[in-house]
Amino acid sequence: MIQLDHITWKTGDRVILADVTIAIPSNTYAVLMGSTGCGKTTLLEILCGLRSPTSGRVLLDNVDVTDLEPRERGIGYVPQDLALFPGLRVREQIGFAPKLRGVPPEELNLRVNRLAEQFGIVPLLDRLPDMLSGGEKQRVALARALAAQPKLLLLDEPLSALDESMRAEAVTLLQRVQSEHSLTVLHVTHSSSEAAALGHLHLRMAGGRLEVGW
Amino acid sequence: MTFNRSNLCWLALGLITASYLLFWAFLLGATATYSTPDSWLKVLMSPEIRHATWLSLVTCSLAAGFALLLAVPVGYLMSRREFRGKSWLDAALDIPIILPPLVVGLCLLIFFQTKIGKVIEMAIPFTYQLSGVVLAQFVVAAAFAIRTMRGTFQHLSARPEDVALTLGCTRFQALWHVALPAARRGMVAAFCIAWARSLGEFGPILVFAGATRMKTEVLPTTVWLELSVGNLEAAVAVSLFMVALAVLVLVAVRATGEKV
Repeated sequence: MIQLDHITWKTGDRVILADVTIAIPSNTYAVLMGSTGCGKTTLLEILCGLRSPTSGRVLLDNVDVTDLEPRERGIGYVPQDLALFPGLRVREQIGFAPKLRGVPPEELNLRVNRLAEQFGIVPLLDRLPDMLSGGEKQRVALARALAAQPKLLLLDEPLSALDESMRAEAVTLLQRVQSEHSLTVLHVTHSSSEAAALGHLHLRMAGGRLEVGW
Repeated sequence: MTFNRSNLCWLALGLITASYLLFWAFLLGATATYSTPDSWLKVLMSPEIRHATWLSLVTCSLAAGFALLLAVPVGYLMSRREFRGKSWLDAALDIPIILPPLVVGLCLLIFFQTKIGKVIEMAIPFTYQLSGVVLAQFVVAAAFAIRTMRGTFQHLSARPEDVALTLGCTRFQALWHVALPAARRGMVAAFCIAWARSLGEFGPILVFAGATRMKTEVLPTTVWLELSVGNLEAAVAVSLFMVALAVLVLVAVRATGEKV
């Protein structure tokens, strides 16, 4: 379960997040909507530890992780631009987290191949990010995040760069990934149709406050 | 094509640029035609100048290597972290660029007369030594390398490093595994710029390391020594050799895609 406990974030005199309190149960696909610049990305960054809140606490499964480093939180993060590592092949991108954790080479290969099969990117394993389409990059970024075996996945407008036909396919993929990996997902989007198709829980951010419902 | 006012403006700007380049072409052309290739070769093969060339190549490479080792962490810090007093630190890092070269040499000379300097010299002697040549080159070259690396990291998105942090990296690992591979062209450019800068360094070397033949004499020192005894032909040959090296470095930097 994710709990945000009275989270506030200010920059100068400007309040971006004002006393945000919410609980997202485990295995829930939560969708967060809101206008551009309302603080959705800031909220994701606070959750995964890339930004410290001005005040308040972040709890994961009732453990206070507010002061923990991003690497200690077990959270997967897929930013809007997908942020694939330049110069690393798809195989190395997916194997990045397991390799860091000292997973033996045989098991590493197994894990990379299993994820590549699941995401339909086996033929792309030896390609560099520059040689991938938007949809392929999105699959690689998801596989890379899941290779770290996170309990929680944060997605920041992951489908915004895809065209309409690919978006429908990606929605199905995300639903499958969430159920197969028993993940808690917080997905930021501007698309109402995407939110309707994916969300078990709908959140809306406005004026720095977070509300449940459309 | 009709010549309207806009075209006339571009033509005028083009003429100004062409005039400047022509001026430089004349300067180099006049220098190149001062003597013959045979005499250049004769000068460049003399033992003193071969030694100075070898010394220049070695010291410039060492200074550029050290400059890069410093520039990567400093450039990363300056591009990725906001902190109080950053603009002051930014300005301070550019001090070696704006200081008159002779002043840099004088500062080094005086520093090594202090107690701390003397303790350092007990371990590694610098004043009027070969190591002093490398240090004098490094002090100025590092500022240019830092500028280049700071620009390189600023142009690279910090997002992949953020993602690496969530995937299990420490900040140092994110720098090592993600930022550095992405910045490799910038690193090559920073090395080349530091190398080229070191090659042209004269003032600090003259003041701090001296101009002793076959000991601390590097190519710019050779030009000065040859000029001081009226041997203009030798000074021209060495100068042209330095121009050729500088052009090679410029081509290498351009090949990396980075801007100087």
